[in-house]
Amino acid sequence: METESTMTLTAPDASARIDAEQEAELQARFDALIEADQRIEPRDWMPDAYRKTLIRQISQHAHSEIIGMQPEGNWISRAPSLKRKAILMAKVQDEAGHGLYLYSAAQTLGISRDEMTEQLITSRARYSSIFNYPTPTWADMGAIGWLVDGAAICNQVPLCRASYGPYGRAMVRICKEESFHQRQGFEILLELSQGTPEQHAMAQESVDRWYWPALMMFGPPDDESPNSAQSMAWKIKRFSNDELRQRFVGMLVPQAEVLGLTLPDPNLRWNEERQAWDMSEIDWTEFNEVLAGRGPANAQRIQHRRDAHEEGAWVREAAAAYAEKQAARERVAA
Amino acid sequence: MSDIKPRDAAAVAAAYEAEAADVHGDVSVDELALSAELTGADASATASDDVAAYALRLGDDALILSQRLGWWISRAPELEEDMALGNIALDLLGHARSLLHYAGTASGRSEDDLAYWRDEHEFRCAWLFEQPNGDFAHTIARGLIAATWMQELYTALSQSTDATLAAIAAKAVKEVAYHRDHAVQWTLRLAGGTDESRRRMLVALADLWPYTDELFRDDALHDRLEGVAPRPSSLRAGFDEVWDAVLAEAGIVESDFVHPRIGQSSGGGRHGNHSTHLGPMLAEMQVLARRHPGATW
Repeated sequence: METESTMTLTAPDASARIDAEQEAELQARFDALIEADQRIEPRDWMPDAYRKTLIRQISQHAHSEIIGMQPEGNWISRAPSLKRKAILMAKVQDEAGHGLYLYSAAQTLGISRDEMTEQLITSRARYSSIFNYPTPTWADMGAIGWLVDGAAICNQVPLCRASYGPYGRAMVRICKEESFHQRQGFEILLELSQGTPEQHAMAQESVDRWYWPALMMFGPPDDESPNSAQSMAWKIKRFSNDELRQRFVGMLVPQAEVLGLTLPDPNLRWNEERQAWDMSEIDWTEFNEVLAGRGPANAQRIQHRRDAHEEGAWVREAAAAYAEKQAARERVAA
Repeated sequence: MSDIKPRDAAAVAAAYEAEAADVHGDVSVDELALSAELTGADASATASDDVAAYALRLGDDALILSQRLGWWISRAPELEEDMALGNIALDLLGHARSLLHYAGTASGRSEDDLAYWRDEHEFRCAWLFEQPNGDFAHTIARGLIAATWMQELYTALSQSTDATLAAIAAKAVKEVAYHRDHAVQWTLRLAGGTDESRRRMLVALADLWPYTDELFRDDALHDRLEGVAPRPSSLRAGFDEVWDAVLAEAGIVESDFVHPRIGQSSGGGRHGNHSTHLGPMLAEMQVLARRHPGATW
């Protein structure tokens, strides 16, 4: 959903010093693998641009999981029942786990976790803009699960077949957990919607707030998405932004009916002729504002992450020093 | 794109229903069913007033420590610790739910009635668990005392003549063993890492150690629960053995952190007298539930 790379990369060793003829051969083999829907693995040769695109995409995805812990972490201490507290804690913890798998997948492409963390806390790397919105009510725990995780699933299920092996495999596991999260979100909203009038209103207000930002998660319309075509050719991306957005809305409509909640778009209806959903124009100015760093909570999200990282520095240093001393002791003993 | 046509609402509801059979990690999604969670226990068992009072103490210890630890999720020194502290918080919340559910059977109250609708003076946790997270070293020091004590406690309690308490303890003891290992490993790393980490670890031990004795005090309730609940004082020898071994391995002696002018706190949590930290913490924990009396979530 982000449209520009802000990362700098050095050429990986494997491809640094090979002559043009060899490179053409390698490129042909790579193209054949992609063509045949085979997976590219870490030790395979790959074009620099493919590597850079993947590092950008996977690390952005990892950062999104890590920053995404904050809006929901906000309600762990105030969850209104012990059951909901347990589910929410497990969910936010899953997000940390997803961040870890994804950082690991990115590391196979020749970037370190420290480097990625540094890019995140110095605002040189992007993460999903959706997490720059605040979570003022408990119903947001439902709306995030239903709408934000729902949109993420639509985006991510095709990534399970992404051409890069470690990414595709990480996504299989992540998608499984995400669909559980979406169901939990749906359950939270259902309980609220069928609860007291105040609870119902809380649910509707939250869905009103999250619906459009969730639709924006699929990125700009196809004709304005510069990186999409190459990513689709490389089979990193399998469906266009607009295709996925349509698919998502198709999922939401009957679910909203079950929830007894309204989607805040008076123009939303199935167009039999086009075999597609008609919907109101998305207000991309807001999307662009948030993307440009002027969303409600951009500064807070980075500050929170940076504080945690910096305040934990002495702990990481202690662990490293201890490990070093242990290793030295073992060397002496050996 | 053929699968994006509108689907009918009933089919969607059915699909969600079918998926709801899935289980996820170690979180039980539905209302806690003790019989399903704990083999050998009778789900419909009703606690006597004394057993309920005892279960309430342990349930409050676990709940309040879990509430504290949950804060770390997204704030830990590294991602692995977000996950580890989150895991411990989740385990403790699981113990709390089992214990509070059981405690509530004596008075017809649910786990949530007990967690959200009691005031500060009705809580029965010991002071140790209420203490703030502080820096990572404080969290580790508190966790080390807590898990070492819980390990002794749940080992003994798994032999209880009360089948429900025995079953809860038998499940908890396996998880608490991991909590203790986590705290021990970090104690060793911090004590043996850098000068700064050692200094912080000693400060943390000095701050938390005064809340240890309260955990081992017997009172009249234990007299009445002979065979059901181990006497707290009987757990001390086992605790000391582990504690001394950990400190020895960490190269710490008691005079490194025990201040001669600061003794053991008299505490009072078991009788509803709490440190200043519990009130604000409960206010935060209970705020949403109390704003909507009678609501379900």
